[in-house]
Amino acid sequence: MTYALIVLLPLLGAILAGFFGAWLKDRGAQIVTCGLLVISALLSWLAFVEVIYGDGPVTVVLFSWIVSGDFDVSWALRIDQLTAVMLIVVTNVSALVHIYSVGYMAHDPSIPRFMSYLSLFTFAMLALVTADNFVQLYFGWEGVGLASYLLIGFWYDRPSANAAAIKAFVVNRVGDFGFALGIMGIFLVFGTVQMDPVFAAAPDFAGKTFNFLGYEVDILTTICLLLFLGAMGKSAQLGLHTWLPDAMEGPTPVSALIHAATMVTAGVFMLARCSPIFEYAPIALAVVTIVGASTAFFAATVGLVQNDIKRVIAYSTCSQLGYMFFAIGVSAYPAAIFHLFTHAFFKALLFLGSGSVIHAVSDEQDMRKMGGLWRHIKATYVLMWIGSLALAGVPFFAGYYSKDMILEASWAAGTGFGEYAYYLGIAAAVMTAFYSWRLLFMTFHGEPRADEQVMSHVHESPMVMLIPLVLLAIGAVFSGIAFSGAMIGHHWHDFWGDSIFVLDTNIAMDTAHDVPGWVKMLPIAAGLIGILIAYQFYIRRTDLPAAFARMHEPLYKFLLNKWYFDELYDLIFVRPAKWLGWILWKGGDGRIIDGFGPDGISGVVLRMAKRATTLQTGYVYHYAFAMLIGVAALVTYYLYLSVGGQ
Amino acid sequence: MGDWPLLSIVTFLPLVGAIFIFLIRGEEELVARNARNVALWTTVITFAISLLIWINFDNSTAQFQFVEQGTWIGAGINYHMGVDGISMLFVILTTLLMPLCILASWESITVRVKEYMIAFLVMETLMIGVFCALDLVLFYLFFEGGLIPMFLIIGVWGGARKIYASFKFFLFTLLGSVLMLIALLYMYVDAGTTDIPTLMSHNFDPEVQKWLWLAFFASFAVKMPMWPVHTWLPDAHVEAPTAGSVILAGVLLKMGGYGFLRFSLPMFPVGSEVFANLVFTLSIVAIIYTSLVALMQEDMKKLIAYSSVAHMGFVTVGIFTFTDQGVTGSIVQMLSHGLVSGALFLCVGVIYDRLHTREIARYGGLVHNMPRYAFFFMVFTMASVGLPGTSGFVGEFLTLVGAFKVNTWVAALATTGIILGAAYSLWLYRRVVFGQLVKEDLKGMLDCNRREILIFAPLVVGVFWMGIYPAPFLEVVEVSVANLVEQHEAALEAARQTMTAAAQVGN
Repeated sequence: MTYALIVLLPLLGAILAGFFGAWLKDRGAQIVTCGLLVISALLSWLAFVEVIYGDGPVTVVLFSWIVSGDFDVSWALRIDQLTAVMLIVVTNVSALVHIYSVGYMAHDPSIPRFMSYLSLFTFAMLALVTADNFVQLYFGWEGVGLASYLLIGFWYDRPSANAAAIKAFVVNRVGDFGFALGIMGIFLVFGTVQMDPVFAAAPDFAGKTFNFLGYEVDILTTICLLLFLGAMGKSAQLGLHTWLPDAMEGPTPVSALIHAATMVTAGVFMLARCSPIFEYAPIALAVVTIVGASTAFFAATVGLVQNDIKRVIAYSTCSQLGYMFFAIGVSAYPAAIFHLFTHAFFKALLFLGSGSVIHAVSDEQDMRKMGGLWRHIKATYVLMWIGSLALAGVPFFAGYYSKDMILEASWAAGTGFGEYAYYLGIAAAVMTAFYSWRLLFMTFHGEPRADEQVMSHVHESPMVMLIPLVLLAIGAVFSGIAFSGAMIGHHWHDFWGDSIFVLDTNIAMDTAHDVPGWVKMLPIAAGLIGILIAYQFYIRRTDLPAAFARMHEPLYKFLLNKWYFDELYDLIFVRPAKWLGWILWKGGDGRIIDGFGPDGISGVVLRMAKRATTLQTGYVYHYAFAMLIGVAALVTYYLYLSVGGQ
Repeated sequence: MGDWPLLSIVTFLPLVGAIFIFLIRGEEELVARNARNVALWTTVITFAISLLIWINFDNSTAQFQFVEQGTWIGAGINYHMGVDGISMLFVILTTLLMPLCILASWESITVRVKEYMIAFLVMETLMIGVFCALDLVLFYLFFEGGLIPMFLIIGVWGGARKIYASFKFFLFTLLGSVLMLIALLYMYVDAGTTDIPTLMSHNFDPEVQKWLWLAFFASFAVKMPMWPVHTWLPDAHVEAPTAGSVILAGVLLKMGGYGFLRFSLPMFPVGSEVFANLVFTLSIVAIIYTSLVALMQEDMKKLIAYSSVAHMGFVTVGIFTFTDQGVTGSIVQMLSHGLVSGALFLCVGVIYDRLHTREIARYGGLVHNMPRYAFFFMVFTMASVGLPGTSGFVGEFLTLVGAFKVNTWVAALATTGIILGAAYSLWLYRRVVFGQLVKEDLKGMLDCNRREILIFAPLVVGVFWMGIYPAPFLEVVEVSVANLVEQHEAALEAARQTMTAAAQVGN
């Protein structure tokens, strides 16, 4: 019952605010949605304690959904350790974002609609993390996609917001294409889409093959790669990442909740959830490692040169998701989820903090038009520092525990792929620290670059925005130190129970604690080096960045234009699709099918009829009838032949 | 209750209503008002009575229920009605959509209202008859008879190119029908009866089956419509009045799929098996090809028409997988599409009534002054792209699951439809509803009125009901589909044995 309430209260909030917004008024909608979300968050702590320290995992079956032959799916809530951690992340960050939005969206004309969408998103996300079968997982998956689409396009007057919303949905659908096929594959192989029986049967299928698209391929590897395609879409991994930076068109609280803390981590969650399958698909794990590490590196390079404050953080998110994926790739699932957990706090803090900055400078997002703000918004300044310190993995902040664990585990995996991930991860860590402090310095230090009118308006955010930030900052400081022992310590088995499965031969989680000293020190050094470079570039020698950009013009352009992914996709997918559509419509339907079909035939008949003037009556259907008699005669002849031929 | 001829009542009640309207005399204004009222009441009562069929329907048997038999022409051609799990819900779909169509025509049809209402009611009788008929000749009469009122609706109350459109519609559908008629004659000669249950257990010669299958296929493929005989559909939709489009997309397109399930699979199992790959190929082409074409449309109705062809592609894939999931999925997909595409055409109708254009570029920013409309349109758009939780997902996903069992290539290629579908649907929505409200004539447009809300509300309920708790629908379908699949396999097995036996004798 409690568990059902956690999931359903946000839905209730969404319905109330959405349909009775006019009656509740702005304030009523805010109270209802925030209130229900806070209750849901409190209940999720109860669930957390109950599952981890009390009775253990439970599954609550609600009612049947799709039953057809041996295909049987129910609506159910599966609350195990992994879900309990996700519940904490989702409900708490969401509750704080709800409250923050009261202040941030105060001047917006459609407050009830916004609150309703936020709650709808939270419901879908909770349905996702509580799924006990793959189809419900898909329901939550697409549900968060819908909410994301609605929220990115929340300001529907802006063409760019509409375009970004559609892009997010369609690119995600490319991932879902794989996910859906993966589910079908699971049903074909295992005869069920319930998670428990599938996981139990997975070892039996290790190394077996089946026919997929005409090739004999390894069953588990194929299924895992298909699922991973879905995860890549949702979690914006290299290749399917293009929607995430554009998604920053949405209001900032949305970026914090959906595009940093929760939805984009759904892919990581799914892979961790499927650890009992992935463990038997080493090739799939290797692919995950490579894609994750490459994304971490790629996104960090692009983050170096962006000027939009939210885009910098968006690329940072993309990069951090890469870390989580390569952690999964080396079988360090707990480390990945732990990083997901800490990242949710400090990245939400950074986003909401940047929202506070944007709020202060009259909705400006370009960092080139900021600078010198720290004197005016000191609380935000301090909070952004905390977020950045946690992100850069500076010791004793949350990110230090989780990111270092990931890097150590990838080294400890003792494979070539692990090493690849380790070094790219270190390189990304240097860049992470650099762009984080670049952001801090450009925004808060130096001479003000905004005009006087804007500067005179600069003001600290109201308490309703600051309090959620402070709570997130507490998480950003303490969530690492408080939970690292339990979640990724030597006894991580006790914490995660059966919710995460690791083969005995995959030792990264256990040997990560015993890596050489330099492996442990390098990430910290990387962070400090990045900060120092940023200091040199943006505080001591402010002429350096421009000189560097001039010196390495092509490289700078390459990074600024995000490795030209958008241009490439436009060229190879979008344009050909439109062109094909046009050709098929005008040429295929118009000229060929209609030309030889009805139009052509009627034309021929008309011409013939003109010749045989005696027969001409002028009615089109006479000709049609004549034609049909002809066709009928033909088929009669064939039928006669086939019958007579016996 | 049990001995009432429920199916005949539901089938012919609209015809009685039509006769009533026919008898209305007097001033034009008064006649129009009375005609509307009689039509509405007739369709509502028909819907209410049809619900009795559902309530009294026994889910546990695959037998035909509510069976009525009477002598008609004689010599094996009789009046025989009945429904099973495959046909029953199509009857309900028809009776549900009809009152909505009458309501949607309430203000937009102003000329020849009386004749319009008569055409619709006659149409309803014929459509329900198609799904209830258990005699091939009776079926054929209903099936082909439906062409005439539709032809008139497009031809009389249609748009600028109505003559071309109705001609094309007629030409295509009649072409298929004639082939079917010939096959029908052959079947009668061969089996000595046109009784459908008898024909289902009649073993047609495997070689002949292929030809019979092709003849029926010609008819059903046009009705579906399948690529490449789909080009009549966009034109017919564009020129048809709103309610005509709703019926066309909502019910007439389902007759093809129903025909495959009622005739092709059980009567010609060998033919179905042999040509399954042909159907898959055409379906896949339809899904990808028409989705791409839909992407480029500038006319709202054409776009939705092309998307219908793509959605029907999933149906034909599902049917010819011969699996529980595939066939069930195709039925759910047809029911869902009946609601969703009907609703989408109604959405177009709402703004067409206000601005009298279907050109997408003429709209934009409607969300500002029509928020309720924006909500309805969004729900149906999402159902159309198959978002889980809406009816569109259940059907689409089940057909794909069925397809994956049979052929992974078919499943993979068909699944690309979910990407393209999202692209054209969301782009349409974005161009019509989102954006700034700058065009002067759009600013004066009013949001949905109470009549329009009344039309959309049952469809929204249906879409979510089928999406979240489809059990009541799936349970109706389940046993009949399982039986169909089993029978199909058994018949195929039997045919295989006879063929090997024949081959051995031949040797």
